[in-house]
Amino acid sequence: MQADPDIILAATGICKSFPGARALDTIDFTLRRGEVHALLGENGAGKSTLIKCLTGAYHRDEGTILLDNSAVDPRNTLDAQNMGIGTVYQEVNLLPNLTIAENIYLNRQPRRFGFTATGVMNRMAADLLSQYGLDLDVTAALGSCSVAVQQVVAIARAVDLSGKVLILDEPTASLDAQEVEMLFRIVRQLKARGLGIVFITHFLEQVYAVSDRITVLRNGRLVGVRDTAALPRKDLVAMMLGRELETEVEAGAKRNDAAGKVRYRFSGYGKGGKIEPFDMEVREGEVIGIAGLLGSGRTETAEVLFGAVRADKGTAEIDGQAVTLNSPRAAIRHGFGFCPEDRKIDGIVGDLSVRENIVLALQARRGWSRPLSRAEQDRLADRYIKALDIRTSDREKPIRLLSGGNQQKAILGRWLATDPNFMILDEPTRGIDVGAHAEIIRLIEELCAKGMSLVVISSELEELVVYSSRVVVLRDRRHVAELSGDEITTSHIVNAIASAESPAS
Amino acid sequence: MIRTVQQLALRLLPQVIALAIVLAMIAAVFPGFFSFSFQNGRLYGSIIDILNRGAPVALLAIGMTVVIATKGIDLSVGAVMAICGAVAAASATHGNPLVVTLALALATGIVCGIWNGFLVAVLDIQPIIATLVLMVAGRGIAQLVTEGAILTFNDEGLIFIGGGAFGGLPMPVVIWIVFGIAITALVRRTALGMLIEAIGINRRASTLSGIQTPVLLIAAYTLSGLCAAIAGVIAAADIRGADANNAGLWLELDAILAVVVGGTSLLGGRFSIAASLLGAMIIQAINTGILLSGFPPEFNLIIKAVIIVVILVVQSPKIRTISSFFARPARQNGGER
Amino acid sequence: MKFVNALASATVLAACFLSPVNAADLTVGFSQIGSESGWRAAETTLTKQQAEKRGIDLKFADAQQKQENQIKALRSFIAQGVDAILVAPVVATGWDEVLQEAKDAEIPVILLDRTVDSKDDLYMTAVTSDLVHEGNVAGKWLVDTVAGKPCNVVELQGTTGSSPAIDRKKGFEEALAGKDNLKIIRSQTGDFTRTKGKEVMESFLKAEDGGKNICALYAHNDDMAVGAIQAIKEAGLKPGTDILVVSIDAVPDIFQAMAAGEANATVELTPNMAGPAFDALEAFRKDGTLPKKWIQTESKLYTQADDPKKVYEEKKGLGY
Repeated sequence: MQADPDIILAATGICKSFPGARALDTIDFTLRRGEVHALLGENGAGKSTLIKCLTGAYHRDEGTILLDNSAVDPRNTLDAQNMGIGTVYQEVNLLPNLTIAENIYLNRQPRRFGFTATGVMNRMAADLLSQYGLDLDVTAALGSCSVAVQQVVAIARAVDLSGKVLILDEPTASLDAQEVEMLFRIVRQLKARGLGIVFITHFLEQVYAVSDRITVLRNGRLVGVRDTAALPRKDLVAMMLGRELETEVEAGAKRNDAAGKVRYRFSGYGKGGKIEPFDMEVREGEVIGIAGLLGSGRTETAEVLFGAVRADKGTAEIDGQAVTLNSPRAAIRHGFGFCPEDRKIDGIVGDLSVRENIVLALQARRGWSRPLSRAEQDRLADRYIKALDIRTSDREKPIRLLSGGNQQKAILGRWLATDPNFMILDEPTRGIDVGAHAEIIRLIEELCAKGMSLVVISSELEELVVYSSRVVVLRDRRHVAELSGDEITTSHIVNAIASAESPAS
Repeated sequence: MIRTVQQLALRLLPQVIALAIVLAMIAAVFPGFFSFSFQNGRLYGSIIDILNRGAPVALLAIGMTVVIATKGIDLSVGAVMAICGAVAAASATHGNPLVVTLALALATGIVCGIWNGFLVAVLDIQPIIATLVLMVAGRGIAQLVTEGAILTFNDEGLIFIGGGAFGGLPMPVVIWIVFGIAITALVRRTALGMLIEAIGINRRASTLSGIQTPVLLIAAYTLSGLCAAIAGVIAAADIRGADANNAGLWLELDAILAVVVGGTSLLGGRFSIAASLLGAMIIQAINTGILLSGFPPEFNLIIKAVIIVVILVVQSPKIRTISSFFARPARQNGGER
Repeated sequence: MKFVNALASATVLAACFLSPVNAADLTVGFSQIGSESGWRAAETTLTKQQAEKRGIDLKFADAQQKQENQIKALRSFIAQGVDAILVAPVVATGWDEVLQEAKDAEIPVILLDRTVDSKDDLYMTAVTSDLVHEGNVAGKWLVDTVAGKPCNVVELQGTTGSSPAIDRKKGFEEALAGKDNLKIIRSQTGDFTRTKGKEVMESFLKAEDGGKNICALYAHNDDMAVGAIQAIKEAGLKPGTDILVVSIDAVPDIFQAMAAGEANATVELTPNMAGPAFDALEAFRKDGTLPKKWIQTESKLYTQADDPKKVYEEKKGLGY
């Protein structure tokens, strides 16, 4: 491998652990000259951790990085930049109040007698950008330009500074189709100049449009490296979501039998710019699984159902009665509960104790003037700590000190304490250890058996197959398919996602 | 129950120690410090002066604690004091009965608080900016009410609030202690305290859990406005006049300092009104101590700053970590929070 | 401009020749700082009253604490060709140009209450009070009143570092110099406010044996004295009797206290700066007498013997 002169960057055996989690587990990654290499994976797969290890933002625990066949060890991003590894992030981190030229030459302005030679700098900047086919007023403030132009300016700066490896971290997330095309033109141009380009995105069509090779990560492990041309979309989705398609998980036999009458009916329900209008019926005692890639509108669906995002289209009915769910509070009054995807930001109240976190939703529903007595609180907390096996030394411990799985169980406990009829779980098993994982799946089945209705979002397809009575598949913020009965297998779900992505493959 | 009492004692320990040290320092420079007497139907002595003079900051600190617990801040309280004092004085000189005067003044404070709360909770303006509006405009409003002069009044009832005594204690002392206990009971006997703490720690998670975040935020700023109104009435009654230029001047900073000395984080979350009240008394003890000491006035601010820096440094988490390293390991179990 | 100048000087000349000093023909511009304090409001009221009494047509401009507004007002007065300009300057510097313009237009300018850093030939005169002298008058009164008996004095200073605080302290100490029976035992700032005056006085009383050690209080302004009087009363002592109270400014509220026997004396910082200014102006127009460059206002001493009730009624309406 070292002998291959084509390889510009080679990372071998990269490991990185955070307290309580192994974020990267012996990852190998190679980048050739003149190659666009897509780095793919769901949230938490380890993409950004890997990038941060390559650019020195994190210090890796183990592994070697060879740049141009010599070992490097960047201590920070500046260091990496000087070695030749430049990065452009989704949110351009340049200074919007400075001019384009100043941004490009920030910290390395051409000087004359110790003063910035503005004229020289502007000329250099204009020349540089013309190489990218841009004819811009380089004295304009960067903030006055479109995001796409800002991206290009950031790329121009990074390439000019580093010139060997360019890492693009979701550069297209906020661009429209034309702007994406402009960006890709520049990417191809840079590729022709012999740069190695790492491209991170979750838009699969862009992966196929621009990349030469694909590396897929999943749960901190390397799933595989393929040539883009030789990898059908279906297989790519399978790599990202499922394990081996052969290990088909058998669905529970009782499915559909237990499901009762339709309790919740959402018709033409949606929110402009978030999720296209959809129809959904949820029966008593059934689990609706929601599958789709990141950014497909999974979380948006959950938030609209719960009222966290106010629906601007459609109607909601409970037991045939029209209801208005315009806030979480309204939804909770109707017996809804919601475990959000991002526990840290949307779920736990870190400095409060486990007890207080468990009673929070029930207390909020009762109102401030009808407090739960301390004895009741203790009883509820103890009950759910025991029932959900929340591992904590003490119910008075601040919840932020608990592990991810135990935090998740405490939030489940928070909702169970309100005795809900309808629960929305967004990625309930993400980022938690195997034991807790199994317990949560068992819990979902138990709740379902007791007659509760659930909507569960998960990127773990095997999981969905186990407990869902129906699976809704999402793509591009749209509900595109609904599978039920025997259709619910991981391969069917993968097919639905992939074929929806592109009928061609 | 015993456990909660223990927790409370542990929570207040740093403030109690700081106060004791400050008082001991004053007693060292001024030996007659702890002496008491009873005259004109009220207790009389330096300790009483501290309790009495500290009343406005103590009252402001009650509201400020709750606002800070929501991860907010209220810079307008000093100006609101001036407005409410002016309203009270104007009403008294107009010949209104005491009840009407008090109702008007307190209602004014409540309106100011609702305004702040509206800006923060509904328009989602950063608290420091939102309350700056009234901080700047408030004194102008107060001057409009007093027409630029010190508006003096002779309403005996109103004067009693500032200078009278109840059970041997000056009225301002009675008012802040009773109000402090009442508000503490209100937030701790109901679920308000926990819900406010939840909002301050994680507003989004709180909203998703069904807490009426905007309502509680407005309530917090309204309480702060009410506290400022009471403080303003006391300040005006104390000098029998409303001084729009000087009433409550810079007291918002003293109130914030009292909360910080009381150990409530400016980042919101866990709060203790009792600790903030102790903080207010620590600040006032320093002020009174400086006056009693007889140092030239040029030293006043330096002495105050040095003592407060020492208190804050001793309370800082880093120092606590270092000291708990030297302390017996037993303290580490219960000593936190 | 030339034409206006010529016209203006012609008017001045004409006025000199034609009138047997009939002030009714006078038009005077007055640029006031603003209305930041009761005293300032009283000064405005008195200036208007004085003008009316003398039949002067007063053009009033409120600068709202901004020098640029004052300069604008002065230019507009010059353009209007007024006979004289009164100005209470908000700051000391930056007046040269506009004062020169007034001089070129031969319009006399009189400074009220504060002075400027310009050459003194750019204005006719300045009418101000002498802060050191005020302190001195208060000190002299105390020296005379205690008449050789030993007396411990406590002092409530103004805002630390402000010129009234420094000068009033200096004048008072000068008056007490060499009088061994009088001793300033405590001196602390009360920030010119009632609240702080009261609070600091409370601490003085505690520190000096419940006030038994204190024979007199000297406050740099009346407001602090009013606050301190309340503190003395609450300590169970009689202000004005057990503790003598002397202060400066002569605002209406102190006369109420004097009428009640709770304050003994105050030194007036007169808001009537316009009176002497108009006097000087009329004298100049009558026979060309140039006044001195500094007209010091009288620092009049009021005591309980001066019918404080009547003075209070007089002063009450002035806008303090």
